[in-house]
Amino acid sequence: MARAVSFNKKLVNTLIVGLIGFLIFFPILWILILAFKTENDAIKAPLEVLFNTGWTLESFTTVQGRSDYFKHFSNSVIISVGSTLLGLLIAVPAAWAMAFVPGKNTRNLLMWMLSTKMLPPVGVLVPIYLIFRDLSLLDTRTGLVIVLTLMNLPIIVWMLYTYFREIPGEILEAARMDGASLKDEVLYVLAPMAIPGMASTVLLNIILAWNEAFWTLNLTSANAAPLTAFIASYSSPEGLFYAKLSAASIMAIAPILIMGWFSQKQLVRGLTFGAVK
Amino acid sequence: MGQIVLNQVKKQFGDVVVIPPLDLKIEDGEFVVFVGPSGCGKSTLLRLIAGLEDVSGGSIAIDGNEAADLPPAKRRLAMVFQSYALYPHMSVRKNIAFPLKMAKMDPAEIESRVQNAAKVLNLTDYLDRKPGQLSGGQRQRVAIGRAIVRQPAAFLFDEPLSNLDAALRVGMRLEISELHKRLETTMIYVTHDQVEAMTMADKIVVLNAGNIEQVGSPLELYRTPKNLFVAGFIGSPKMNFIGGEVAASMGASTIGIRPEHLIVSKESGEWEGRVGVAEHLGSDTFIHIHDTGLMDTLTVRVDGEVDLNHGDLVKVSMRPEMVHLFDQNGERI
Repeated sequence: MARAVSFNKKLVNTLIVGLIGFLIFFPILWILILAFKTENDAIKAPLEVLFNTGWTLESFTTVQGRSDYFKHFSNSVIISVGSTLLGLLIAVPAAWAMAFVPGKNTRNLLMWMLSTKMLPPVGVLVPIYLIFRDLSLLDTRTGLVIVLTLMNLPIIVWMLYTYFREIPGEILEAARMDGASLKDEVLYVLAPMAIPGMASTVLLNIILAWNEAFWTLNLTSANAAPLTAFIASYSSPEGLFYAKLSAASIMAIAPILIMGWFSQKQLVRGLTFGAVK
Repeated sequence: MGQIVLNQVKKQFGDVVVIPPLDLKIEDGEFVVFVGPSGCGKSTLLRLIAGLEDVSGGSIAIDGNEAADLPPAKRRLAMVFQSYALYPHMSVRKNIAFPLKMAKMDPAEIESRVQNAAKVLNLTDYLDRKPGQLSGGQRQRVAIGRAIVRQPAAFLFDEPLSNLDAALRVGMRLEISELHKRLETTMIYVTHDQVEAMTMADKIVVLNAGNIEQVGSPLELYRTPKNLFVAGFIGSPKMNFIGGEVAASMGASTIGIRPEHLIVSKESGEWEGRVGVAEHLGSDTFIHIHDTGLMDTLTVRVDGEVDLNHGDLVKVSMRPEMVHLFDQNGERI
């Protein structure tokens, strides 16, 4: 029997949970509010901002006028989608081999790949910067696609490996007994079973690449700068333009938020890493 | 047709020999059961015949054609797996049709064969469901359906009932036996359950550590086990093995007597002991007797009406014509 919980206890719990949720969400909500205020209104006391000021789209038009949002947006799309696809191209065969024909060192190899994620990126900033400079990759989309692919590759391989491992070997053997060639086996049996896992891997990695700020800020200046650089350009040392910064932030996070919202189901499956069957 | 001949078939993984060179002939239409404790190599042997593992030596002939180098699909064998191994994203209809689709058969012919198989296996109402929406027994029937539509030379079953609950297992056991009678196709069936082996087989192959201990009909194995291993493995409860003076007096190193061939009474008998546990099954009672001086625990199978309980003093004797004699190497005398 499930544990009985009294109504009052439920009420209290619900309120506590609601409050924690609200606190976590509050900064985003405040950005959303400030984005629709004028610069003068945005620096007023919070209660005044809420109840005593008007609403305007001024910040959005100013931001778009000052820096080309769509150029940054397309850079973000190219970098995140490009690095994810390139990552898949490398990771699918790798995860495949590790899941279905594991060798003596497969486990060690996987752990080694994961261990690279424990290194702080700044530790390799200088060598990577110098290599990029010598190869003329600084401030290029190609350069960012390469560096983000390398950053996210361990995660892609691990996720795919976990998904492939979930597919029972006996099913592939059954297909072999049923007369399927390697091509048929992949096309009719393995791919349909792996598609949900591949989809969540793709989604998660697009989000990770979209939000990646360390490399995108350090390796770009103007041409290849994605939305992270676009936001950063509004936080200036001379004084913050709250309204414009908020408007820029909203414009930068909105696309990925909307995509995330529509693909929640896939994402949850992806983030639980195959723990729930 | 479905005659399978193994000649000096051998399997080793690295330096570990799983199956030492082995010969076996399976006649067309036979129901052969490979039985043995876990790790005895019975599943490996089946997978060698299926082609899912490569042989390390020897040859496999299916209907006279050398098959050891053929891929699984070219051997005209169908296999039913322990985990059912159904394609979860396909409907029952598509699962059953899959091998025919792979053989590029005419769609009308595929449909008629699928319908036939569904009728035989009582799956007609479930054809459009996914495997996830079926019970264990139904899933196993779909797996069997996928095997029978191909009209293979032989069926291979790898412990197909071990994932089912006890009641279903008995039902499916009968269904598979009846299917064999109807199709008259060779079937090779792997199990660790000797009751399945005894009830289904025309011929039982008892395996131990990759070696064939004995091949014979169920009653042959029960009546004349070739050695101690077979004697102990076939029959439930297990045969009682008695050594020492009692065995020596009969000219053997060990004697074996089945629980059903011992006589228990309160009045008279050669040996005396005390009842440890009496397991009442209703139809039978298994009595485990201590302190007889013969062996640690002597198991006796008696009629369900016999009323004996823990601590009772009983007398035991053997039916002398039912005693099996074994020499010091464990071979039958």
